[in-house]
Amino acid sequence: MSELLKISGLHASIDADGIPKEILRGVDLVVPPGEVHAIMGPNGCGKSTLSYVLAGREEYDVTAGSVSFMGQDLLAMEPEERAAAGLFLAFQAPVELPGVNNANFLRTAVNAVRRARGEPELDAVGFLKTVRAATKNLSMSDDMLKRNVNVGFSGGEKKRNEVLQMTMLQPKLAILDETDSGLDVDALRIVAEGVKNLRSPDFSALVITHHQRLLEYLGPDRIHVMVRGRIVRSGGPELAKQIDVEGYASFLTEAA
Amino acid sequence: MNALAPSGRSLAPFEARLSGVHDVERKSAAGDLARTGLPGPRVEAWHYTNLRALSGHVFAESDVLFDEKEARAVLASVIPEGSIFEKLPRLVLVNGRIAPGLSSSTASLPEGVSWSSFASAPDFGTQTSPQRDPLVALNTALASDGMQLSVATGVKAGQVLLVSLALSSSGVVSFHPRHNVALAPEASLTLIEISAGNDGQELYFHNPVLTCSLAEGAHLEHVKLQQEAGNAIHLATVYADIAGHATYESFTLTLGSALARHEVHASLAGAHAAVHVNGAQLLGNTQVGDITSVITHSAPDCISRQTVRNVLTDRSRAVFQGKVLVERVAQKTDGYQMNQALLLSPTAEIDAKPELEIYADDVRCSHGATVGALDEEQLFYLRSRGIAGAQARQMLVEAFLIEATDLVRDEVARTLLDGALADALLNRITAEERGS
Repeated sequence: MSELLKISGLHASIDADGIPKEILRGVDLVVPPGEVHAIMGPNGCGKSTLSYVLAGREEYDVTAGSVSFMGQDLLAMEPEERAAAGLFLAFQAPVELPGVNNANFLRTAVNAVRRARGEPELDAVGFLKTVRAATKNLSMSDDMLKRNVNVGFSGGEKKRNEVLQMTMLQPKLAILDETDSGLDVDALRIVAEGVKNLRSPDFSALVITHHQRLLEYLGPDRIHVMVRGRIVRSGGPELAKQIDVEGYASFLTEAA
Repeated sequence: MNALAPSGRSLAPFEARLSGVHDVERKSAAGDLARTGLPGPRVEAWHYTNLRALSGHVFAESDVLFDEKEARAVLASVIPEGSIFEKLPRLVLVNGRIAPGLSSSTASLPEGVSWSSFASAPDFGTQTSPQRDPLVALNTALASDGMQLSVATGVKAGQVLLVSLALSSSGVVSFHPRHNVALAPEASLTLIEISAGNDGQELYFHNPVLTCSLAEGAHLEHVKLQQEAGNAIHLATVYADIAGHATYESFTLTLGSALARHEVHASLAGAHAAVHVNGAQLLGNTQVGDITSVITHSAPDCISRQTVRNVLTDRSRAVFQGKVLVERVAQKTDGYQMNQALLLSPTAEIDAKPELEIYADDVRCSHGATVGALDEEQLFYLRSRGIAGAQARQMLVEAFLIEATDLVRDEVARTLLDGALADALLNRITAEERGS
């Protein structure tokens, strides 16, 4: 299969005080298996909206276009079905879940996904073994598993927790929505290593970022520039360097 | 009020039994009741919780004999066999009477702890006010048995279980157990009170009164699990008299019965005393769950805390009434009250009535209430991790209530509550899936 994810002419809007506000205005994008693609673009261009629409958030209305994921109609699936099929969204602002123990949450998620994939569930021992290995790679303390999901976590801990979930759920496609934002250099390296460890012919990533730095770690195959709800330019890694130097000014005129 | 025409509800459901009481205290209580009747909706304290469910029945005394097998089965539903709870000393009542065969022997109690039956030497104490509280008057007139527990000076008694089982009787019955817990200075105890019934049996009415007295520096943690049968009526009243430096910490978890009220009257009588009246209610169908408290600060430097969380589905209704009375002497009072509700259906309802009456001028008292639905963002987060909608909702509901049970300090008691909560949620999800 040469297309893991294929987005065609995708239009989506959100309700703004009763008036639909169009945010995605015809997104076309293909991510083949085993590749890391980046989406860059100025604030408000629709990058996060795209990630939410792909993950199945209900506030957005898809008004036109289609998305196929591993040959299936992604937009017809519930969020949990998308996760089971192998889609993972690392949230820009991970949600706090007071009263929900992080380890229980992870185990529930892992086993829900394994059940849906027809794989045997992990028992407590098997789960602990897997999760311990993963937390070690991410320099996370055991204490973070005992705490409530993201409650009282620092910005860096929250992002690491996202990468931990991603590692445990073994997605085919991970969408990283500004996972690098608000991280110091060390945290960025740890998170980037965590993503890099997953690189395989069976794993693709769609990395939404403002910064060249994360991309330097990940070595993306393609860069897409998004402006005003559309992909206006796609190219090799050199495009990221160009943006780093020149900004988005030239693309803004292109999109107008 | 006119003695011939009580303003409240008719006493017909209990008339025959009330007319048969003979000793002075019971007669006096029956007289109080005859004047007031059972409280109707125009009585302010009972405005939100209607006792019409008591009308139209005649509540007989329960049978003395019971089916041992049935008793063991209901007991195992709240204290699983082989669990840590099974090893705790316990006193078990069946339909309001102590059942020695199901209870631990007196010898199993730690040194300095003793219990006896109310029936062997009835003592109503002086803490209650049957004149003001008709449900307490009813209990006083009809109480036949109960637990009288005492802990000696300085003794750390650990956990003791008080279990009340309701088993099938021939007809509609009521029982009115009378319990008393007395802690000597510096004594401590965790009292785990469980009420459970057999679903599918006839209507019954459980009307317990518990009086607690805490001497200087004593510590009582009172943890209650109310898991009565689905059609039962449970109206409980607790009195706690708290001396200086003593603490009465309570938590009630309401899961069962059609109509329930847990009413606490706490009196902070000495400086640096503390009281916690916390709770959680998980209600469905047309259940009504009421947590009412009256906390009186009669001494300076005392603390009162109330945190109650409610999860309401279907057409259920929760009531929270919290009155804090701060007397003139009670300077430096620190009072806090919070009532929160998750409304999971448009037909569910919560009625909250906080009431502060403050006569001292240097106090800190706050109260708050929140009502909401499940957080869409949290729900989406869970679903995006592969957890299906129904399970995700269950997780968030459980999390909301666990944040309340976290207030229970005694780990064994907290584990018992969390287990009962998880089971109740699981049953609910299963019922949802069956479409019932």
